[in-house]
Amino acid sequence: MIPAPVKHKFLTPGVFVLIIIALNGLVFLALRFIFGIGSVTNLDDVTPWGLWIGVDVAAGVALAAGGFTSAALGHVMHREEYKIIVRPALLTAMLGYTFVAFAVFTDIGRFYYIWHPLIMWNGNSALFEVGICVMIYLTVLYIEFLPLVTERFVGRVNLPDTFAFLNRPIDKTLRYLDSRLSITMFIFIIAGVVLSTLHQSSLGTLMIIAGQKMHPLWQTPILPLLFLLSAIAVGFPMVIFESLIASRSFKMKPEMHVLSRLGGMISPIIGIYLAFKIGDVFIRETFKYILVFDSTSWMFISEMGLMFAAFFLFLSRKITNSPLGLFIASSLVIAGVLLNRINNFIVAYQPYYNPVRYFPSVGEISVTLGCIALLVLAYRAVVMIFPVISREKRDIIKNI
Amino acid sequence: MKRRDFFKTAAAGVSIAALGSGKAAGSDKKLSEDRVGVLVDTNACVGCRHCEWACKTAHQLPASDLENFNDSSVFSEYRRMDAGSLTVVNEFENEENKLLPVHVKIQCMHCERPACVSACIVGAFEKREDGAVVWDSGKCIGCRYCMVACPFQIPTYDYDKAIQPMIRKCDFCVERRDNGMLPACVDICPNEALIFGKREELVRIARQKVKRKSDAYINHIYGESEVGGTSWMYISGNDFGKLRMPPLALNPAPGISESIQHGIFAYFVPPVTLYALLGVMMWVTKRRKDEINNNGNGNQDGKEGGK
Repeated sequence: MIPAPVKHKFLTPGVFVLIIIALNGLVFLALRFIFGIGSVTNLDDVTPWGLWIGVDVAAGVALAAGGFTSAALGHVMHREEYKIIVRPALLTAMLGYTFVAFAVFTDIGRFYYIWHPLIMWNGNSALFEVGICVMIYLTVLYIEFLPLVTERFVGRVNLPDTFAFLNRPIDKTLRYLDSRLSITMFIFIIAGVVLSTLHQSSLGTLMIIAGQKMHPLWQTPILPLLFLLSAIAVGFPMVIFESLIASRSFKMKPEMHVLSRLGGMISPIIGIYLAFKIGDVFIRETFKYILVFDSTSWMFISEMGLMFAAFFLFLSRKITNSPLGLFIASSLVIAGVLLNRINNFIVAYQPYYNPVRYFPSVGEISVTLGCIALLVLAYRAVVMIFPVISREKRDIIKNI
Repeated sequence: MKRRDFFKTAAAGVSIAALGSGKAAGSDKKLSEDRVGVLVDTNACVGCRHCEWACKTAHQLPASDLENFNDSSVFSEYRRMDAGSLTVVNEFENEENKLLPVHVKIQCMHCERPACVSACIVGAFEKREDGAVVWDSGKCIGCRYCMVACPFQIPTYDYDKAIQPMIRKCDFCVERRDNGMLPACVDICPNEALIFGKREELVRIARQKVKRKSDAYINHIYGESEVGGTSWMYISGNDFGKLRMPPLALNPAPGISESIQHGIFAYFVPPVTLYALLGVMMWVTKRRKDEINNNGNGNQDGKEGGK
């Protein structure tokens, strides 16, 4: 098994649909930058954070956790058999965090001051910690991706005539980078895991300061722990989910020998998460809010239900050995964690003065969907240019 | 305390976070003994809204003529501050006397331990020694985390501005006061509904008033100890819940978020420890892998390992 660029047509009907969704999002994005946040969102003084923070940022960071969990498995623990998932997971994380950074850029009112936290520090602020960690981690991810660039282009730099004189210097730079990176990469890999642990949990600390404005079902001092555990829990399901979609889209055989074993590791992690979540409900005696059965309590029940269903599905050998079973079970975890982030940042935020319940506007939803579409398109483009996805040697030769 | 203990045990399990959770937070900056505040006596307020006008004028916000502020029809619905106002007065039905409605002015409470100061990503908020909580436009990035954090839902934001939107809230007229003047609202108030003074002194006055006229006031000084105390405090004859003042706990507004932050980051010990642990793990597993590979390649050295 070696990684190689995927040879496939870029444009398909599905890709066209994605392009349209992306363009629609870009239109609303333009409006936001011309007329302000109020012109496209339903945000107001009562609800200052909505879909863009809840989904694009919070859920985005969680769903990109596959990057650090698989780096820990493949690189830190040197589990060779899982090496083939490390690169796709790295790409997901790299694009995912780029998307998160862009979402932050879109959501903050003074986007041109996005660099301020670099020099204006507030060590008491959870948001400051998240911001700094995400900035550094994004840089680390790009560094971790560099070997794929050198691997692809060393000895193969071939710019068109006008720029041909740059071929030699670029090649030299790439070779130099390659030699340096192979010695120092372990520093970045470990840094990536540490940074992820830090900001995944601090993302949970964010809403703690909202205090009584946050519904007691979610407002708990162990939020950072719950966020970290759920991020770890969703890491591998996301890797499986993407691998299965990529195989399908590029007409390749799914990597079941790796994915099944990966699937076997998921239940214990979800189990630990659920144990803390349930323990929290009992220790803080919040079950009375679950039994109210209003819309808020149903959101909590749904979030828990999805995770429980996934927990039991992943326990079954039959499920983890079938592509469809794996796909369904992984989707449940992804949906569960996505819903958890939406609940924490949007549903649970119920301030004292709250005349109108927030629901995202068409503009907000369009921008979010547009960004996701762009992300998928970028993923598709990158795996067709760089050696990300691994296949059997004979398949690669056959395809060429 | 059960909560905190639970958190500690839980966090210790993952990232040794409990290491420094006792460390005092940075926003514990020493406050002056002479720090000031305002005591709002809703029994004395007649709802003339002159304070609204004075506030707008003092802060260069668009305001019509003072006479227009006598219009009481605005009281038909509950109002909040917005991008054009830093304070508003609302009218409530008086339970004691239906003919005499209660008027309540609201604005930033200038917390003793402000959540906005703790939360702000760039430290754009500052709790001044004299008690005022002020915002620095030069730092703000417009993330609106202060609005998420504020227990009184005070800061407002310019949602319809693409460039340089402002966070707005009462600044306790720091400029006026630095020039020896009273806050604009206090200055114009015709009825001594707003009493400006040292916070300590105000608490004493409030207690006296409540004690002396126990039939006119309920025994609750709102802001004396809510969220760790606020610079602006209220006394009233009506229950504060009825006046739509949020019922808040007595622990400081930033809550445990600062302890968690400082626990995870205690002098960078936990992150560095985690880094070292992972490094060791990486090195050990690499060696084991290399040994297995060597043995697998028919290496007959027969040393330890391999199994």
